[in-house]
Amino acid sequence: MMEDIELRVVGLKKYFPIKRSIKSVLKREPPRFVRAVDGISFQIRKKQIFALVGESGCGKTTTGKLIMKLMEPTEGKIFLRGQDVSHLKSKEENLKYRKMVQMIYQDPFSSINPRFRVYNVLEEPLIIHRIGESRAEREEMIYHALELVRLTPPEEFVSRFPHMLSGGQRQRVAIARTMILNPEFVVADEPVSMLDVSIRAEILELLRKLRDDLGLTYLYITHDLSTARYFSDWIGVMYLGRIVEMGEVDRVIDNPLHPYTRALLEAVPEPEPDRKDVIKSIPIRGEVPSAVNIPEGCRFHPRCIYAKEGVCNTSHPEMTELEKDHHAECHFAGKI
Amino acid sequence: MLMKVTDLKTHFFTTRGVVRGVDGVTFTLGKGEVLGLAGESGCGKSTLGYSLMRLVPPPGRIVEGSIQLGDLELTSMDESTFRREIRWKRISMIFQGAMNALNPVYTIGYQMMEPFKYHTEISEEDARERIARQLELVGLDPEITSRYPHELSGGMKQRVMIAMSLLLHPDLVIADEPTTALDVIVQAQIINLLKKLKKELVLSLIFITHDLSILAEISDRIAVMYAGKMVEIGDSKRIYEDPKHPYTQKLLSAIPKVHEKVERLEFIPGAPPNLANPPAGCRFHPRCPYATKICMEKEPEKTVLDDSREVFCHNIPG
Repeated sequence: MMEDIELRVVGLKKYFPIKRSIKSVLKREPPRFVRAVDGISFQIRKKQIFALVGESGCGKTTTGKLIMKLMEPTEGKIFLRGQDVSHLKSKEENLKYRKMVQMIYQDPFSSINPRFRVYNVLEEPLIIHRIGESRAEREEMIYHALELVRLTPPEEFVSRFPHMLSGGQRQRVAIARTMILNPEFVVADEPVSMLDVSIRAEILELLRKLRDDLGLTYLYITHDLSTARYFSDWIGVMYLGRIVEMGEVDRVIDNPLHPYTRALLEAVPEPEPDRKDVIKSIPIRGEVPSAVNIPEGCRFHPRCIYAKEGVCNTSHPEMTELEKDHHAECHFAGKI
Repeated sequence: MLMKVTDLKTHFFTTRGVVRGVDGVTFTLGKGEVLGLAGESGCGKSTLGYSLMRLVPPPGRIVEGSIQLGDLELTSMDESTFRREIRWKRISMIFQGAMNALNPVYTIGYQMMEPFKYHTEISEEDARERIARQLELVGLDPEITSRYPHELSGGMKQRVMIAMSLLLHPDLVIADEPTTALDVIVQAQIINLLKKLKKELVLSLIFITHDLSILAEISDRIAVMYAGKMVEIGDSKRIYEDPKHPYTQKLLSAIPKVHEKVERLEFIPGAPPNLANPPAGCRFHPRCPYATKICMEKEPEKTVLDDSREVFCHNIPG
């Protein structure tokens, strides 16, 4: 069972200190923190797609960056194939990790250097990681990567600049850049949210095919439950720095146990003209609190329509497995 | 009928040639009607919205066609009359990206006061009163007039934008992607608000978005644009149930649905054409699975179906 796990995250935390004024230092006020990621644990099996879903500011991108080792965690551990990678010391270790774990960014309009031709965009990672003996060998790899993302014939694309490509084509170049290093694990941070709906499916389809052909594992970070359902195998719903519900994607979406997941699902618009003019009631109150002042007890309780005085505002709920492959962090999960 | 747009063309005269942003668009809009304007990015839907406000940035301008608001012809009106009498007073706009549409250095109250200063003679007291009422209407505490935009959340800013667009009781509001940058719960709340306002104020609204699932929530009629032209326009229910134009069909089948398990979604291969040099014949033919010879040669005429839907296609399937 254990060797099935590609990535395991245990109690991961990332706090960002808030700049203090000299007055607050003199008054010896305790330092305050933005608790962006506040103790999350999950694991991703090999060749699976794990979607991390939540609203802006819930910590999903910070989680992605922590896994990418673009920042150091405040607490907690990250294991890749059973190996502890929470704190990489030497440059060699870092370089090796970077080759194995790659990222696809949200915005293909700003993630690619506009002064580089497609060829240079794809050559750069090869140079950094000293892959390919000769120029001819690297060229071969670049052509292969372009074919992989179906930018064919590659001869036509290598000499283009990013502005000569459509949004979908740019995102393919970004994907090719990720794949050229033969990674094992890919963090895809909102890879389709900047693209038109008409081509989203095409890009997701491509990513799924690459997963099948190359045996990749993905962490798919998104705010969009519909593509999460379409694309992923497992899903984790994040709220204010914690995963509040997690499980096999169909179970979570067809039978949401946490009130926050229910509210999110209720809010998703659907192409259903019969519901025109019907004012939907979304089972949630108020707005997301700041990650500096996280509420006591269950952090969702001020917004929860089921919250019970004396329980939800005082004690923190445990993540419990309520049915097979379906966990929720709620005092009343399964009873509401 | 509130507005009638006939054969409107807005072109951009760039150094690399003429870009036909909007290229012959005709539609009407009734009082209290919500028209959803859909299409991929670059299809001209925002340009159409800006054309109606006469806010097309240079080098773009309206080159042909007419926009009638009641008895008034808007394309030939001189700019100062348009600014005084029409813009914001009769047609207003909710701009894309509420985050950036408000000026960060002025308070909400100051910014909401501006339309009154330019368009009306009413006293500051009365204006304040009206601002407060408008803010309550969109579900905000009037106390926020003394706050700055950075003190508000995204959803609150978007509510302010909506309140602002309604200040002078316009006949028509153009909403350009009003929910695109918002989180899904906030988006649903804003859509709910627009539905409520539609009912209470008999609001006429042109709702521009690329997201057909949002349009279904609010539109009475839907207009689908492709490469500067309308391809299908008609009753929203009919279009969702039985889309006739291949482009509409493809767009609808590309939407992932959260409550249904879909194994494979469709997508439209290729990309929209460059509007400086659009393909001959039907503009969708290079991406259309049903394209025949005539599609490459002749531009399709309007076909009016039984349900008074207009479709621009040579081979309307069954």
